[in-house]
Parts: sequence; structure tokens; C-alpha cells
Amino acid sequence: MAVGSTLTAAISLSGLAKSFGVGKQVFSDISFDIAPGSLVALIGANGAGKSTLLRCIPRLIDPDQGEIKVLGADVLAGRRGLRSIRSRLGFVFQKHNLVGRLSALSNVVHGAQARRYGPRAWHQALSPQSLRAEAMACLDRVGLASVAAQRADSLSGGQSQRVAIARALMQRPDIVLADEPAASLDPQAGDEVMALFATLMREERKTVVFTSHNLTHALAFADRVIALGTGRILLDAPTQGISEGTLRTLYG
Amino acid sequence: MADHILPSRMGRPSLLTFVLTLAVAAFVISSFSTSGVSLEKLVRGLPALGRLADQMFPPSLERLQPVLWSLLQTFQMAVAGTVLGLFFSLPLAILAAPSLSPHPLIVWAVRGLVAFFRTVPDLVWAIVFVIAVGLGPAAGVLALMVDTIGFAARFFAEAMEETDKGPREALTAMGASRSGIIFSSVIPQALPSMINTSLFSLEKATRGSVVLGLVGAGGIGIELKVSLELFDYDQAATIIIAIFLLVLVVERASTWVRGRIL
Repeated sequence: MAVGSTLTAAISLSGLAKSFGVGKQVFSDISFDIAPGSLVALIGANGAGKSTLLRCIPRLIDPDQGEIKVLGADVLAGRRGLRSIRSRLGFVFQKHNLVGRLSALSNVVHGAQARRYGPRAWHQALSPQSLRAEAMACLDRVGLASVAAQRADSLSGGQSQRVAIARALMQRPDIVLADEPAASLDPQAGDEVMALFATLMREERKTVVFTSHNLTHALAFADRVIALGTGRILLDAPTQGISEGTLRTLYG
Repeated sequence: MADHILPSRMGRPSLLTFVLTLAVAAFVISSFSTSGVSLEKLVRGLPALGRLADQMFPPSLERLQPVLWSLLQTFQMAVAGTVLGLFFSLPLAILAAPSLSPHPLIVWAVRGLVAFFRTVPDLVWAIVFVIAVGLGPAAGVLALMVDTIGFAARFFAEAMEETDKGPREALTAMGASRSGIIFSSVIPQALPSMINTSLFSLEKATRGSVVLGLVGAGGIGIELKVSLELFDYDQAATIIIAIFLLVLVVERASTWVRGRIL
């Protein structure tokens, strides 16, 4: 989907600050623009605030200060337009966040709730044939068409995260945010899921921001790296010019 | 090794603890004297109990057919009351669950209503509905419905509140509607607990339904009342045994279903 050719930034943050309670500042004065179609890795040590920052973008967390624009729309303008902004943002979670008791197919069908309300997107049994077929195609793209009828809680970690990626595809978003998509998986499954995720996102020309504490993933899959530390941006550069050594020295 | 002082068996109670213990003990003793229960009374009552048992045995099968019909009607009252109650419990539970309800005031109001339904005994509800809709099973069904709401709405709300917040967050992040979040994430997760509560509601309503007839709200209770008043103790025995079997069968069936589903 074209993101509007006049738009220079898919996501634009300026002067963003967030603290939890008094004096516990997570980050302050964070500003950057994300170009449409780019894959950006947001890296940082544990507790650097990358998850909090990512969650501010669809306003799952309210920042204290600053401005967030997604595809030109002001996220913090009010609750009214929020749902339509959110519908254009896919989100992949560290813990996958599937409904364990429902089938993989039903979980993917849920992705359609971004664009249609009502019972037809609640459960695959209630969905029209077109929706079920689309969900099946999304599962096929992550290589899991064979487990469509299985309960989500019976899948392996890697499979479960792939179902979550299929759910995000089902949403037909312009932008996909991913919070440590590989962190809950064993190293091999994590590498596989990251590779699949990046390949799909490039094929679909989505704008992507993913957080990771895995520097290898950041350099292998992103066009640009934004490094967060002690609540500030330590580095913001295209991946090409950065070596893993440079990143390691950032975190001592 | 250093000398150790053996601690006393019980810690020294504070004055407040001591006074409260004494007050509770006094109240328990006075409870017995007020209600007039004594071993002597029990012993004197034994022969009368024996005579009653003698007159009850053997149970009379003379009116077995009407008794069984009335038992079926009683169970049907329980089923109808439970189903109606569960139907209304679902929306009330959503309104009473803090993370799903539109406003904290609504949570407070609905919880209050549900607690009121629960604390007023079903027999009192039956009397109220007999006055409202007249004698007969309809009053009984309504009483059981209210009683079920008092029980099920509370546990439904707790089950929903306890579900994993992750899938909810995923649906929120994609801009899903509140009803979408409830029906595609919260209820599927809470379902096993809700089925369990529903089965308990049916058991509770079955036990409740047998006495509602005593106040004219339909069911087998009226048969029991009439046979006791006419001193037809052998009839009464049949009815009591029939009630016992019904409750037993429903409880067993519900346990079986629970084992299969959960």
C-alpha cells in the first residue's frame, strides 16, 4: 500500500520523554523520523527504555512530553482517531500474545479486527470464507498452514511467534512494530523467526521498527540502527557504516 | 553452645486479643442458651423422631407418578432459572470487571446489585415473585434466575479479570473494538472457569428449586408440604428420597461433565 508519496516520514517522534513515578526517568528528548519502507533496529541494554519507547508509538503507554506522528496523524491528539491510527500499525510482541485456547487460524483472523468490527472477526468459525482464506494465506506465508487448526498453546515458541507475525500481516498494516520478537525463543528459533520476519517485511514493503538486544540481529536485518542508552540516543546511523565492535563499545 | 531460653508454648496475648477471645466465647455460649438446644431436649425428642421414621417406612409408592412429574417440573424450573440467570450474568459480569467496564461507577453499582441479589435468600426472592407474578413455577424460575445472577455474575467477573492481559494488549494495539477484545480474547480465556461456575449454578438451583414450593413458587416443595401437613409421612418419605436422588444425579452429572471439559 502506498504510504502517500508526499509523506517523508512514516513515524516521526520529537522531544519524547517518559518517566515512571518521580525521578525514575526512562528517556527524555527523543527525536527521530522513520522513512517509509525502512527497517530500523532500536537497540539498547536491558532497561534502556526501548520497549517503553516502542509502546508509546501506538499509545499503549502515554508519554509525558513530546509529539508522535504516525503517517502524518497525531497519535496524542485524542482518543477519537486513535483506533484508526492503531489499525495501520501492526505490533509483534516479545511474548507473542496469542489467545492460547483458540486455534492458530482464529488468532490470525483476529488481525482483521483492525478493519472490521463485529463477530465475524472474533473466531474463525464465525468468519466468512474470504476472511478464512486470507488468514490461511497469511499462515502459509509464515510456513504454518499445516497447523491452522491447532490450538495456539500447543505450538512451539517459534511457531507461536510466527502465528503472531501472520496475525500482523492479516491486519494489512503500513507499519509493523516488533518488541524483541526473538527474545523469548531459543537462539536457533530466534534467528529463524527474525530472518523470516525481515524477509516478509521487505517483500511487503512495510515500514518496520524492531527492538532488540541482539546486535547481530540489528546489523543483519536493519537498514538503520538507533541505539538507546541512559535515556538518550547514543547513536543513529545507517547499518552499513557500523561494525558490531562499534556497538559493543557503546555498551562497554 | 550458648544457653537458650525455651520459648513459652504460646505467646503472651495482648489485652485486646484476650478481651476479644472472651467476648467471642461468651457469644458462642449465649447462642446455645438463646436457641434452647440442649442434650436433654435432643434425648427427649428421640422417641418422636423414631415414631416419625416408623411412619415414614415403608415409603408409599401410591402417588409415585405425580411425584415424579412434579420432580421433573422442579428440575425444569432449575434449568430455566439457571439459563436465564447465566444469560444476564454475562453482560453484568463485563460491567462489573474493572478492566472491561466503561466506568468505575458502573463497576461499583453493578457489584452492589449483584451482591444484593446474592445476599437476599432465594426463598425471600420466591416470596417476592409470588407476590409479583402469582403462585406457580414462573415465580420460582424468576427467583432462581436472580439467585443465579448473584452467584454467577460475580464469578464470571473474577474469571474475566484474571485472564492474561497480553492478548488483550495485542488487540488493543491493532485498534480492535472493546466488544472485539472481550469476545475474542477475554471470554475464550475465561471459558473453562465460566463453564465450571455455570455447572455449580445448576447444582445450586436444583437444590434451591425443591424448597421454593413451600412458598407456592412451584415445584415439588408443595407436594412435600401437603403430605407433611396431612400427616402422610410415608408419602413425604417418597418425596424426600426422590429429591435426594435428583440432587445426587445432577451433582454427579455435573462432576462428570466438568471432568470431560476441563
